Amino acid sequence: MKLNDIQSRVQPTFFKEHQNRLYKSLEDKHTTIEEMDDGDPLTTKMILNMGPQHPATHGVLRLVLQLDGESIEKTKLDIGYLHRGVEKIAENKTYQEFMPYTDRMDYLSPYSNNVALCTAVEKIANVEVPERAHYIRMIGAELARISSHLLWLGTMVMDAGAISFFIWTFKEREKIYDIMDRIAGHRFTVSHARIGGVANDLTDEATGSIKEFIESFPNELKDYHKLLDRNRIFFERNEAVGVLRTEDALEWGATGPVLRATGYGLDIRKLSPYARYDQVEFDIPTRLEGDNLARYYVRMEEMNESVRIIKQCLNNIPNGPIRADNAKQAYPSKDEVYYSMEGMIHDFMMTDTGICPPEGAESYHAVESPKGELGYYIQSDGTGHPWRLKIKAPSFTNLQVLENILDGEMVADTVVIIGGVDPVLGEADK
Amino acid sequence: MSLNLSETLQKTVDSLSKNFSESLIEVYQSSGDTFIRIEADSLLKVTKYLKEELHYVYLSDIFGIDRYTSEERFEVVYNLLSLKSQTRVFIKVRCEEENPELDSVVPVWKSAGWNEREVFDMFGVHFRNHPDLRRIFLPEDFEYYPLRKEFPLLGIPGSIELPSTTPESE
Repeated sequence: MKLNDIQSRVQPTFFKEHQNRLYKSLEDKHTTIEEMDDGDPLTTKMILNMGPQHPATHGVLRLVLQLDGESIEKTKLDIGYLHRGVEKIAENKTYQEFMPYTDRMDYLSPYSNNVALCTAVEKIANVEVPERAHYIRMIGAELARISSHLLWLGTMVMDAGAISFFIWTFKEREKIYDIMDRIAGHRFTVSHARIGGVANDLTDEATGSIKEFIESFPNELKDYHKLLDRNRIFFERNEAVGVLRTEDALEWGATGPVLRATGYGLDIRKLSPYARYDQVEFDIPTRLEGDNLARYYVRMEEMNESVRIIKQCLNNIPNGPIRADNAKQAYPSKDEVYYSMEGMIHDFMMTDTGICPPEGAESYHAVESPKGELGYYIQSDGTGHPWRLKIKAPSFTNLQVLENILDGEMVADTVVIIGGVDPVLGEADK
Repeated sequence: MSLNLSETLQKTVDSLSKNFSESLIEVYQSSGDTFIRIEADSLLKVTKYLKEELHYVYLSDIFGIDRYTSEERFEVVYNLLSLKSQTRVFIKVRCEEENPELDSVVPVWKSAGWNEREVFDMFGVHFRNHPDLRRIFLPEDFEYYPLRKEFPLLGIPGSIELPSTTPESE
Protein backbone atom coordinates (compact mmCIF):
# COMPACT_ATOMS: atom_id res chain seq x y z
CA MET A 1 0.00 0.00 0.00
CA LYS A 2 1.38 3.33 -0.97
CA LEU A 3 0.88 6.03 1.55
CA ASN A 4 1.41 9.10 -0.53
CA ASP A 5 -2.27 9.01 -1.24
CA ILE A 6 -3.98 8.65 2.09
CA GLN A 7 -7.08 10.49 1.04
CA SER A 8 -8.27 7.99 -1.52
CA ARG A 9 -8.29 5.25 1.11
CA VAL A 10 -10.41 6.91 3.76
CA GLN A 11 -14.11 7.53 3.53
CA PRO A 12 -15.14 10.01 6.19
CA THR A 13 -18.85 9.95 6.96
CA PHE A 14 -19.23 13.36 8.54
CA PHE A 15 -17.36 16.70 8.60
CA LYS A 16 -16.03 15.52 5.25
CA GLU A 17 -14.04 18.57 4.36
CA HIS A 18 -12.52 18.70 7.82
CA GLN A 19 -11.39 15.08 7.69
CA ASN A 20 -9.99 15.45 4.19
CA ARG A 21 -7.96 18.49 5.17
CA LEU A 22 -6.65 16.63 8.21
CA TYR A 23 -5.49 13.65 6.17
CA LYS A 24 -4.06 15.98 3.56
CA SER A 25 -2.08 17.77 6.22
CA LEU A 26 -0.78 14.44 7.53
CA GLU A 27 0.24 13.61 3.97
CA ASP A 28 2.07 16.90 3.69
CA LYS A 29 3.99 16.66 6.95
CA HIS A 30 7.70 15.95 6.40
CA THR A 31 7.15 15.56 2.67
CA THR A 32 10.88 15.15 2.16
CA ILE A 33 10.82 11.82 3.98
CA GLU A 34 7.82 10.77 1.96
CA GLU A 35 9.55 11.33 -1.35
CA MET A 36 12.55 9.23 -0.45
CA ASP A 37 10.33 6.36 0.44
CA ASP A 38 9.11 4.58 -2.70
CA GLY A 39 6.32 2.19 -2.06
CA ASP A 40 5.80 -0.25 0.72
CA PRO A 41 6.48 -3.78 -0.56
CA LEU A 42 5.91 -5.46 2.81
CA THR A 43 2.66 -3.53 3.45
CA THR A 44 3.73 -2.55 6.93
CA LYS A 45 2.34 0.96 6.68
CA MET A 46 -1.01 2.04 7.94
CA ILE A 47 -2.94 5.04 9.16
CA LEU A 48 -4.19 4.69 12.69
CA ASN A 49 -6.91 6.89 14.09
CA MET A 50 -6.72 7.07 17.85
CA GLY A 51 -9.48 8.80 19.71
CA PRO A 52 -11.35 11.04 20.21
CA GLN A 53 -13.17 8.41 22.27
CA HIS A 54 -10.21 6.52 23.63
CA PRO A 55 -9.59 6.08 27.36
CA ALA A 56 -5.84 6.58 27.07
CA THR A 57 -6.07 9.96 25.37
CA HIS A 58 -7.25 11.56 28.64
CA GLY A 59 -10.25 13.25 27.22
CA VAL A 60 -11.25 13.83 23.65
CA LEU A 61 -7.92 14.06 21.90
CA ARG A 62 -7.73 12.59 18.44
CA LEU A 63 -4.44 11.47 16.96
CA VAL A 64 -3.94 10.43 13.39
CA LEU A 65 -0.78 8.38 13.21
CA GLN A 66 1.03 7.14 10.16
CA LEU A 67 2.70 3.93 11.18
CA ASP A 68 5.47 1.92 9.65
CA GLY A 69 5.14 -1.36 11.45
CA GLU A 70 5.20 -0.36 15.08
CA SER A 71 6.98 2.95 14.76
CA ILE A 72 5.28 6.25 14.16
CA GLU A 73 6.39 8.05 11.05
CA LYS A 74 4.33 11.15 11.59
CA THR A 75 1.41 12.41 13.59
CA LYS A 76 -1.29 14.99 13.36
CA LEU A 77 -3.46 15.96 16.27
CA ASP A 78 -7.05 16.94 15.89
CA ILE A 79 -8.46 18.91 18.79
CA GLY A 80 -11.61 20.89 19.32
CA TYR A 81 -13.97 18.08 20.27
CA LEU A 82 -14.60 19.85 23.57
CA HIS A 83 -14.75 23.36 22.16
CA ARG A 84 -17.43 25.30 24.01
CA GLY A 85 -16.43 28.80 23.00
CA VAL A 86 -15.74 30.06 26.51
CA GLU A 87 -14.02 33.17 25.20
CA LYS A 88 -17.21 34.14 23.38
CA ILE A 89 -19.24 33.38 26.49
CA ALA A 90 -16.87 35.54 28.56
CA GLU A 91 -17.59 38.55 26.36
CA ASN A 92 -21.23 38.25 27.32
CA LYS A 93 -20.85 37.74 31.05
CA THR A 94 -19.65 39.82 33.94
CA TYR A 95 -16.24 38.91 35.26
CA GLN A 96 -17.65 37.19 38.32
CA GLU A 97 -20.27 35.34 36.31
CA PHE A 98 -17.54 33.92 34.14
CA MET A 99 -15.78 32.31 37.10
CA PRO A 100 -17.68 28.98 37.07
CA TYR A 101 -16.67 28.53 33.44
CA THR A 102 -13.01 28.66 34.43
CA ASP A 103 -13.62 25.70 36.76
CA ARG A 104 -14.51 23.72 33.70
CA MET A 105 -11.44 24.72 31.72
CA ASP A 106 -8.79 22.71 33.50
CA TYR A 107 -11.22 20.59 35.44
CA LEU A 108 -8.46 18.79 37.30
CA SER A 109 -7.36 21.89 39.16
CA PRO A 110 -10.30 24.28 39.29
CA TYR A 111 -8.83 26.36 42.08
CA SER A 112 -5.82 27.49 40.02
CA ASN A 113 -8.15 28.61 37.25
CA ASN A 114 -10.27 30.67 39.63
CA VAL A 115 -7.16 32.34 41.00
CA ALA A 116 -5.89 33.02 37.47
CA LEU A 117 -9.08 34.81 36.47
CA CYS A 118 -9.35 36.75 39.73
CA THR A 119 -5.75 37.95 39.70
CA ALA A 120 -6.11 39.06 36.09
CA VAL A 121 -9.28 41.04 36.82
CA GLU A 122 -7.74 42.49 39.97
CA LYS A 123 -4.74 43.62 37.96
CA ILE A 124 -6.77 45.41 35.32
CA ALA A 125 -9.24 46.94 37.79
CA ASN A 126 -6.70 47.80 40.50
CA VAL A 127 -8.30 45.83 43.28
CA GLU A 128 -6.38 45.48 46.50
CA VAL A 129 -6.71 41.99 47.92
CA PRO A 130 -6.42 41.45 51.69
CA GLU A 131 -3.38 39.57 52.93
CA ARG A 132 -5.33 36.64 54.35
CA ALA A 133 -7.11 36.04 51.04
CA HIS A 134 -3.76 35.75 49.27
CA TYR A 135 -2.69 33.00 51.62
CA ILE A 136 -5.98 31.14 51.34
CA ARG A 137 -5.64 31.29 47.55
CA MET A 138 -2.12 29.95 47.70
CA ILE A 139 -3.21 27.04 49.87
CA GLY A 140 -6.07 26.29 47.49
CA ALA A 141 -3.91 26.57 44.39
CA GLU A 142 -1.22 24.30 45.81
CA LEU A 143 -3.79 21.72 46.89
CA ALA A 144 -5.14 21.88 43.34
CA ARG A 145 -1.62 21.28 42.04
CA ILE A 146 -1.23 18.20 44.20
CA SER A 147 -4.64 16.96 43.13
CA SER A 148 -3.86 17.46 39.45
CA HIS A 149 -0.46 15.81 39.70
CA LEU A 150 -1.99 12.89 41.58
CA LEU A 151 -4.42 12.30 38.77
CA TRP A 152 -1.58 12.53 36.27
CA LEU A 153 0.47 10.05 38.32
CA GLY A 154 -2.34 7.55 38.62
CA THR A 155 -3.34 7.60 34.98
CA MET A 156 0.23 7.68 33.72
CA VAL A 157 1.22 4.65 35.75
CA MET A 158 -1.98 2.99 34.64
CA ASP A 159 -1.03 3.73 31.02
CA ALA A 160 2.27 2.03 31.74
CA GLY A 161 0.45 -1.05 32.97
CA ALA A 162 -0.19 -0.85 36.71
CA ILE A 163 -3.90 -0.57 37.44
CA SER A 164 -3.97 -0.68 41.23
CA PHE A 165 -1.76 2.38 41.53
CA PHE A 166 -4.56 4.51 40.12
CA ILE A 167 -6.73 3.60 43.09
CA TRP A 168 -4.05 4.57 45.59
CA THR A 169 -3.55 8.03 44.11
CA PHE A 170 -7.30 8.48 44.00
CA LYS A 171 -7.46 7.66 47.67
CA GLU A 172 -5.33 10.76 48.28
CA ARG A 173 -7.28 12.84 45.76
CA GLU A 174 -10.41 11.93 47.64
CA LYS A 175 -8.91 13.55 50.74
CA ILE A 176 -8.26 16.72 48.74
CA TYR A 177 -11.86 16.68 47.53
CA ASP A 178 -12.98 16.49 51.14
CA ILE A 179 -10.72 19.41 52.02
CA MET A 180 -12.10 21.42 49.10
CA ASP A 181 -15.58 20.58 50.33
CA ARG A 182 -14.67 22.04 53.70
CA ILE A 183 -12.92 25.10 52.26
CA ALA A 184 -15.39 26.03 49.56
CA GLY A 185 -18.50 23.93 49.99
CA HIS A 186 -17.90 22.08 46.74
CA ARG A 187 -15.82 19.04 46.07
CA PHE A 188 -14.92 19.44 42.45
CA THR A 189 -15.72 22.71 40.68
CA VAL A 190 -15.01 24.92 43.64
CA SER A 191 -15.39 28.54 42.37
CA HIS A 192 -14.02 29.65 45.70
CA ALA A 193 -11.92 32.68 44.77
CA ARG A 194 -13.82 35.92 44.31
CA ILE A 195 -12.69 39.10 42.63
CA GLY A 196 -11.17 41.00 45.54
CA GLY A 197 -10.63 38.01 47.79
CA VAL A 198 -12.21 34.64 48.43
CA ALA A 199 -15.79 33.54 49.06
CA ASN A 200 -15.43 32.47 52.67
CA ASP A 201 -12.80 32.13 55.33
CA LEU A 202 -11.07 28.91 56.26
CA THR A 203 -12.95 27.21 59.07
CA ASP A 204 -11.10 25.44 61.87
CA GLU A 205 -12.36 22.18 60.48
CA ALA A 206 -10.87 23.00 57.05
CA THR A 207 -7.54 24.10 58.54
CA GLY A 208 -7.44 20.94 60.60
CA SER A 209 -8.04 18.71 57.62
CA ILE A 210 -5.37 20.52 55.57
CA LYS A 211 -2.88 20.06 58.41
CA GLU A 212 -3.76 16.41 58.70
CA PHE A 213 -3.32 15.98 54.96
CA ILE A 214 0.08 17.65 54.71
CA GLU A 215 1.27 15.54 57.64
CA SER A 216 0.29 12.26 56.05
CA PHE A 217 0.83 13.02 52.39
CA PRO A 218 4.67 13.07 52.30
CA ASN A 219 4.60 9.49 53.58
CA GLU A 220 2.30 8.50 50.76
CA LEU A 221 4.68 10.17 48.31
CA LYS A 222 7.50 8.10 49.79
CA ASP A 223 5.46 4.98 49.21
CA TYR A 224 4.90 5.96 45.59
CA HIS A 225 8.63 6.50 45.18
CA LYS A 226 9.30 3.12 46.77
CA LEU A 227 7.02 1.45 44.28
CA LEU A 228 8.19 3.25 41.15
CA ASP A 229 11.77 4.40 41.56
CA ARG A 230 13.27 0.96 41.16
CA ASN A 231 10.50 -0.55 39.14
CA ARG A 232 12.03 -1.99 36.04
CA ILE A 233 8.82 -2.09 34.03
CA PHE A 234 8.09 1.54 34.84
CA PHE A 235 11.62 2.55 33.91
CA GLU A 236 11.68 0.72 30.63
CA ARG A 237 8.36 2.18 29.63
CA ASN A 238 9.43 5.73 30.44
CA GLU A 239 13.15 6.14 30.14
CA ALA A 240 14.28 7.80 26.89
CA VAL A 241 10.69 7.89 25.67
CA GLY A 242 9.30 11.11 24.23
CA VAL A 243 12.57 12.98 24.55
CA LEU A 244 12.42 16.72 24.20
CA ARG A 245 15.54 18.86 24.09
CA THR A 246 15.68 22.23 25.82
CA GLU A 247 16.06 24.25 22.63
CA ASP A 248 13.16 22.44 21.00
CA ALA A 249 11.05 22.89 24.11
CA LEU A 250 11.57 26.65 24.04
CA GLU A 251 11.10 26.80 20.30
CA TRP A 252 7.85 24.85 20.50
CA GLY A 253 6.71 26.90 23.46
CA ALA A 254 6.50 24.04 25.96
CA THR A 255 5.41 25.15 29.39
CA GLY A 256 5.11 23.86 32.92
CA PRO A 257 6.60 20.53 33.98
CA VAL A 258 7.17 19.56 30.33
CA LEU A 259 9.56 22.48 29.95
CA ARG A 260 11.12 22.06 33.37
CA ALA A 261 11.85 18.40 32.65
CA THR A 262 14.07 19.52 29.78
CA GLY A 263 16.24 21.57 32.10
CA TYR A 264 14.82 25.06 31.85
CA GLY A 265 13.36 26.23 35.16
CA LEU A 266 10.69 28.62 33.99
CA ASP A 267 8.04 29.07 36.63
CA ILE A 268 5.63 32.02 36.75
CA ARG A 269 5.61 31.84 40.55
CA LYS A 270 9.27 32.92 40.45
CA LEU A 271 9.21 34.90 37.20
CA SER A 272 6.54 37.35 38.28
CA PRO A 273 5.31 36.33 41.72
CA TYR A 274 1.60 36.79 42.29
CA ALA A 275 -0.32 36.33 45.54
CA ARG A 276 2.43 35.95 48.17
CA TYR A 277 4.71 33.52 46.41
CA ASP A 278 7.59 35.92 46.96
CA GLN A 279 7.24 35.40 50.71
CA VAL A 280 7.42 31.64 50.83
CA GLU A 281 10.42 29.50 50.18
CA PHE A 282 10.29 26.86 47.52
CA ASP A 283 12.43 25.44 44.75
CA ILE A 284 11.68 24.81 41.12
CA PRO A 285 12.49 21.18 40.40
CA THR A 286 14.16 20.61 37.05
CA ARG A 287 15.67 17.67 35.23
CA LEU A 288 17.96 17.53 32.29
CA GLU A 289 16.87 14.43 30.40
CA GLY A 290 13.63 15.74 28.90
CA ASP A 291 12.10 12.28 28.67
CA ASN A 292 9.00 10.90 30.30
CA LEU A 293 10.89 9.76 33.36
CA ALA A 294 12.19 13.31 33.88
CA ARG A 295 8.62 14.58 33.79
CA TYR A 296 7.74 12.01 36.42
CA TYR A 297 10.52 13.18 38.75
CA VAL A 298 9.71 16.86 38.19
CA ARG A 299 6.05 16.41 39.06
CA MET A 300 6.81 14.23 42.07
CA GLU A 301 9.16 16.86 43.43
CA GLU A 302 6.65 19.59 42.69
CA MET A 303 4.16 17.84 44.95
CA ASN A 304 6.75 17.94 47.71
CA GLU A 305 7.32 21.64 47.09
CA SER A 306 3.58 22.24 47.22
CA VAL A 307 3.42 20.60 50.63
CA ARG A 308 6.27 22.88 51.70
CA ILE A 309 4.41 25.96 50.47
CA ILE A 310 1.18 24.95 52.20
CA LYS A 311 3.06 24.41 55.48
CA GLN A 312 4.57 27.88 55.30
CA CYS A 313 1.23 29.41 54.36
CA LEU A 314 -0.47 27.81 57.35
CA ASN A 315 2.28 29.14 59.62
CA ASN A 316 2.29 32.67 58.21
CA ILE A 317 -1.37 33.21 57.47
CA PRO A 318 -2.43 36.47 59.11
CA ASN A 319 -5.85 37.20 60.56
CA GLY A 320 -8.04 39.79 58.94
CA PRO A 321 -10.63 40.31 56.26
CA ILE A 322 -10.87 37.91 53.34
CA ARG A 323 -12.36 40.22 50.75
CA ALA A 324 -11.77 43.82 49.69
CA ASP A 325 -14.06 46.13 51.60
CA ASN A 326 -15.12 48.26 48.66
CA ALA A 327 -18.62 47.93 47.29
CA LYS A 328 -17.51 48.93 43.79
CA GLN A 329 -14.91 46.21 43.59
CA ALA A 330 -16.04 43.15 45.48
CA TYR A 331 -19.14 41.46 46.76
CA PRO A 332 -20.18 42.48 50.28
CA SER A 333 -20.24 39.74 52.89
CA LYS A 334 -23.43 37.79 53.29
CA ASP A 335 -24.00 39.33 56.75
CA GLU A 336 -24.20 42.75 55.17
CA VAL A 337 -26.47 41.51 52.40
CA TYR A 338 -28.97 39.98 54.79
CA TYR A 339 -28.99 42.70 57.44
CA SER A 340 -28.41 46.02 55.69
CA MET A 341 -30.09 47.81 52.85
CA GLU A 342 -26.80 49.09 51.37
CA GLY A 343 -25.34 45.63 51.47
CA MET A 344 -28.24 44.28 49.50
CA ILE A 345 -28.04 47.07 46.92
CA HIS A 346 -24.31 46.53 46.52
CA ASP A 347 -24.79 42.81 46.14
CA PHE A 348 -27.39 43.44 43.45
CA MET A 349 -25.14 45.92 41.66
CA MET A 350 -22.21 43.53 41.71
CA THR A 351 -24.35 40.79 40.22
CA ASP A 352 -26.04 43.03 37.69
CA THR A 353 -23.17 45.24 36.51
CA GLY A 354 -20.15 43.80 38.23
CA ILE A 355 -16.76 45.34 38.41
CA CYS A 356 -15.94 47.83 35.65
CA PRO A 357 -12.25 48.24 34.77
CA PRO A 358 -11.28 51.57 33.16
CA GLU A 359 -12.20 51.98 29.51
CA GLY A 360 -9.52 50.87 27.07
CA ALA A 361 -7.44 49.18 29.75
CA GLU A 362 -5.62 46.02 28.77
CA SER A 363 -3.69 43.61 30.88
CA TYR A 364 -2.22 40.17 30.86
CA HIS A 365 -1.70 38.20 33.99
CA ALA A 366 -0.40 34.67 34.22
CA VAL A 367 -0.25 32.17 37.03
CA GLU A 368 1.55 28.87 37.24
CA SER A 369 -1.20 26.30 36.98
CA PRO A 370 -0.28 22.62 37.43
CA LYS A 371 0.05 22.34 33.65
CA GLY A 372 2.11 25.48 33.13
CA GLU A 373 1.61 29.13 32.35
CA LEU A 374 -2.09 29.93 32.52
CA GLY A 375 -2.64 33.52 31.44
CA TYR A 376 -5.63 35.76 31.02
CA TYR A 377 -5.50 38.71 28.68
CA ILE A 378 -8.36 41.11 29.29
CA GLN A 379 -9.30 44.15 27.28
CA SER A 380 -11.98 46.30 28.82
CA ASP A 381 -14.41 48.67 27.17
CA GLY A 382 -15.40 50.25 30.47
CA THR A 383 -18.48 48.09 31.04
CA GLY A 384 -18.90 45.11 33.30
CA HIS A 385 -18.21 42.70 30.44
CA PRO A 386 -14.77 42.22 28.95
CA TRP A 387 -14.40 43.37 25.34
CA ARG A 388 -11.97 40.56 24.76
CA LEU A 389 -10.85 37.86 27.12
CA LYS A 390 -8.17 35.53 25.89
CA ILE A 391 -7.06 32.48 27.79
CA LYS A 392 -3.54 31.28 27.25
CA ALA A 393 -4.01 27.62 28.05
CA PRO A 394 -0.90 25.61 28.92
CA SER A 395 -2.35 22.33 27.64
CA PHE A 396 -2.85 23.88 24.21
CA THR A 397 0.82 24.72 23.80
CA ASN A 398 1.90 21.41 25.29
CA LEU A 399 -0.27 19.53 22.82
CA GLN A 400 1.57 21.25 20.00
CA VAL A 401 4.76 19.93 21.52
CA LEU A 402 3.19 16.48 21.69
CA GLU A 403 2.43 16.55 17.97
CA ASN A 404 6.15 16.85 17.34
CA ILE A 405 7.66 14.54 19.93
CA LEU A 406 5.52 11.62 18.84
CA ASP A 407 7.25 11.39 15.46
CA GLY A 408 9.72 8.56 15.50
CA GLU A 409 8.42 6.91 18.66
CA MET A 410 6.81 3.49 18.97
CA VAL A 411 3.06 3.26 18.75
CA ALA A 412 2.90 1.46 22.10
CA ASP A 413 4.52 4.49 23.71
CA THR A 414 1.96 7.01 22.51
CA VAL A 415 -0.28 6.50 25.51
CA VAL A 416 2.65 6.86 27.89
CA ILE A 417 3.83 10.03 26.18
CA ILE A 418 0.35 11.54 26.23
CA GLY A 419 0.25 10.64 29.90
CA GLY A 420 3.60 12.30 30.46
CA VAL A 421 2.64 15.53 28.72
CA ASP A 422 -0.57 15.54 30.76
CA PRO A 423 -2.90 17.61 28.61
CA VAL A 424 -6.40 18.50 29.73
CA LEU A 425 -8.65 18.89 26.77
CA GLY A 426 -11.17 21.08 28.54
CA GLU A 427 -8.49 23.70 28.69
CA ALA A 428 -6.86 23.10 25.32
CA ASP A 429 -10.19 23.23 23.47
CA LYS A 430 -11.52 26.24 25.36
CA MET B 1 1.45 59.68 28.00
CA SER B 2 4.51 59.07 30.08
CA LEU B 3 5.96 55.62 30.06
CA ASN B 4 7.33 53.86 33.05
CA LEU B 5 9.64 51.33 31.46
CA SER B 6 12.10 49.05 33.13
CA GLU B 7 15.68 49.14 31.96
CA THR B 8 15.39 46.20 29.58
CA LEU B 9 12.08 47.35 28.17
CA GLN B 10 13.58 50.78 27.59
CA LYS B 11 16.41 49.11 25.73
CA THR B 12 13.93 47.14 23.64
CA VAL B 13 11.93 50.22 22.73
CA ASP B 14 15.08 52.24 22.01
CA SER B 15 16.64 49.69 19.71
CA LEU B 16 13.35 49.14 17.93
CA SER B 17 12.88 52.83 17.33
CA LYS B 18 16.47 53.12 16.17
CA ASN B 19 16.30 50.24 13.70
CA PHE B 20 12.66 50.33 12.68
CA SER B 21 11.70 53.96 13.12
CA GLU B 22 9.32 53.84 10.16
CA SER B 23 7.39 50.81 11.21
CA LEU B 24 6.95 51.68 14.87
CA ILE B 25 3.53 53.25 15.38
CA GLU B 26 3.10 53.57 19.10
CA VAL B 27 4.34 52.32 22.43
CA TYR B 28 1.96 52.43 25.36
CA GLN B 29 1.42 50.90 28.73
CA SER B 30 -1.70 49.68 30.38
CA SER B 31 -1.95 48.10 33.84
CA GLY B 32 1.80 47.66 33.88
CA ASP B 33 2.06 45.80 30.57
CA THR B 34 3.90 47.26 27.60
CA PHE B 35 2.37 47.17 24.15
CA ILE B 36 4.22 48.06 20.96
CA ARG B 37 2.19 48.58 17.82
CA ILE B 38 3.98 48.18 14.52
CA GLU B 39 3.17 48.24 10.82
CA ALA B 40 1.85 44.91 9.59
CA ASP B 41 4.23 44.69 6.63
CA SER B 42 7.33 44.84 8.82
CA LEU B 43 6.09 42.18 11.22
CA LEU B 44 8.51 39.47 10.14
CA LYS B 45 11.54 41.76 10.25
CA VAL B 46 10.71 43.15 13.67
CA THR B 47 9.89 39.80 15.26
CA LYS B 48 13.05 38.29 13.86
CA TYR B 49 15.05 41.15 15.30
CA LEU B 50 13.30 40.82 18.65
CA LYS B 51 14.10 37.14 18.80
CA GLU B 52 17.65 37.20 17.55
CA GLU B 53 18.99 40.44 18.96
CA LEU B 54 16.83 41.17 21.99
CA HIS B 55 16.42 37.64 23.36
CA TYR B 56 12.65 37.38 23.08
CA VAL B 57 13.08 33.67 22.56
CA TYR B 58 9.84 32.45 24.01
CA LEU B 59 6.55 33.10 22.28
CA SER B 60 3.84 32.68 24.88
CA ASP B 61 0.80 33.30 22.80
CA ILE B 62 -0.77 34.89 19.75
CA PHE B 63 -4.34 36.09 19.81
CA GLY B 64 -6.71 38.23 17.84
CA ILE B 65 -8.96 41.07 18.86
CA ASP B 66 -11.99 42.27 16.94
CA ARG B 67 -11.97 46.03 17.37
CA TYR B 68 -15.26 46.34 15.46
CA THR B 69 -14.19 49.54 13.72
CA SER B 70 -14.59 50.33 10.05
CA GLU B 71 -10.86 50.68 9.53
CA GLU B 72 -8.16 48.31 10.67
CA ARG B 73 -10.71 46.09 12.27
CA PHE B 74 -8.63 43.16 13.43
CA GLU B 75 -5.71 43.30 15.75
CA VAL B 76 -3.31 40.43 16.33
CA VAL B 77 -1.20 40.44 19.47
CA TYR B 78 2.07 38.58 19.99
CA ASN B 79 2.87 37.86 23.60
CA LEU B 80 6.66 37.58 23.90
CA LEU B 81 8.77 36.69 26.87
CA SER B 82 12.46 37.40 27.12
CA LEU B 83 14.06 34.61 29.08
CA LYS B 84 17.24 36.57 29.60
CA SER B 85 15.74 39.62 31.26
CA GLN B 86 12.45 37.96 32.22
CA THR B 87 10.37 40.74 30.72
CA ARG B 88 7.21 40.45 28.75
CA VAL B 89 6.30 42.59 25.78
CA PHE B 90 3.28 42.62 23.51
CA ILE B 91 3.62 43.32 19.80
CA LYS B 92 0.46 44.41 18.02
CA VAL B 93 -0.39 44.59 14.36
CA ARG B 94 -3.64 45.56 12.73
CA CYS B 95 -5.29 44.48 9.52
CA GLU B 96 -8.33 45.42 7.49
CA GLU B 97 -11.71 43.74 7.50
CA GLU B 98 -11.54 42.89 3.79
CA ASN B 99 -9.23 39.90 3.30
CA PRO B 100 -7.32 40.23 6.55
CA GLU B 101 -3.88 38.84 5.93
CA LEU B 102 -0.60 38.87 7.83
CA ASP B 103 2.79 37.26 7.53
CA SER B 104 3.14 34.08 9.48
CA VAL B 105 5.80 34.13 12.19
CA VAL B 106 6.32 30.36 12.07
CA PRO B 107 9.79 30.89 10.53
CA VAL B 108 10.69 32.83 13.66
CA TRP B 109 8.98 30.78 16.37
CA LYS B 110 7.76 27.29 15.53
CA SER B 111 5.24 27.46 18.33
CA ALA B 112 3.32 30.10 16.37
CA GLY B 113 1.80 27.36 14.23
CA TRP B 114 -1.15 26.40 16.38
CA ASN B 115 -1.66 29.87 17.77
CA GLU B 116 -2.00 31.31 14.28
CA ARG B 117 -4.39 28.54 13.38
CA GLU B 118 -6.48 29.56 16.36
CA VAL B 119 -6.55 33.19 15.25
CA PHE B 120 -7.53 32.04 11.78
CA ASP B 121 -10.26 29.81 13.19
CA MET B 122 -11.75 32.46 15.42
CA PHE B 123 -11.32 35.64 13.35
CA GLY B 124 -10.59 34.54 9.80
CA VAL B 125 -7.24 36.29 9.65
CA HIS B 126 -5.08 34.53 7.07
CA PHE B 127 -1.39 34.01 7.58
CA ARG B 128 0.85 34.07 4.55
CA ASN B 129 3.31 31.16 4.27
CA HIS B 130 1.83 29.28 7.18
CA PRO B 131 2.82 25.61 6.76
CA ASP B 132 -0.54 24.17 7.75
CA LEU B 133 -3.28 26.76 7.99
CA ARG B 134 -6.38 24.84 8.94
CA ARG B 135 -9.09 25.52 11.47
CA ILE B 136 -8.08 24.18 14.84
CA PHE B 137 -11.19 23.88 17.01
CA LEU B 138 -14.06 23.98 14.56
CA PRO B 139 -14.42 21.63 11.60
CA GLU B 140 -13.36 22.83 8.16
CA ASP B 141 -16.98 22.61 7.00
CA PHE B 142 -17.92 25.52 9.26
CA GLU B 143 -18.16 28.80 7.38
CA TYR B 144 -18.19 31.44 10.10
CA TYR B 145 -15.63 32.97 12.42
CA PRO B 146 -17.17 32.80 15.87
CA LEU B 147 -15.18 35.39 17.80
CA ARG B 148 -16.07 38.17 15.39
CA LYS B 149 -18.47 40.47 17.13
CA GLU B 150 -21.27 39.98 14.62
CA PHE B 151 -21.42 36.23 15.27
CA PRO B 152 -24.38 35.58 17.57
CA LEU B 153 -23.73 34.12 21.01
CA LEU B 154 -26.21 31.32 20.40
CA GLY B 155 -24.57 30.30 17.15
CA ILE B 156 -26.21 29.87 13.78
CA PRO B 157 -28.69 26.98 13.67
CA GLY B 158 -28.05 24.55 10.84
CA SER B 159 -24.63 25.98 10.12
CA ILE B 160 -23.05 22.59 10.51
CA GLU B 161 -24.13 19.11 9.67
CA LEU B 162 -24.12 16.92 12.74
CA PRO B 163 -23.16 13.26 12.61
CA SER B 164 -25.99 10.78 12.59
CA THR B 165 -26.86 9.42 16.01
CA THR B 166 -28.20 6.11 14.79
CA PRO B 167 -25.51 3.66 13.76
CA GLU B 168 -25.30 2.39 10.19
CA SER B 169 -27.91 4.78 8.83
CA GLU B 170 -26.34 5.76 5.57
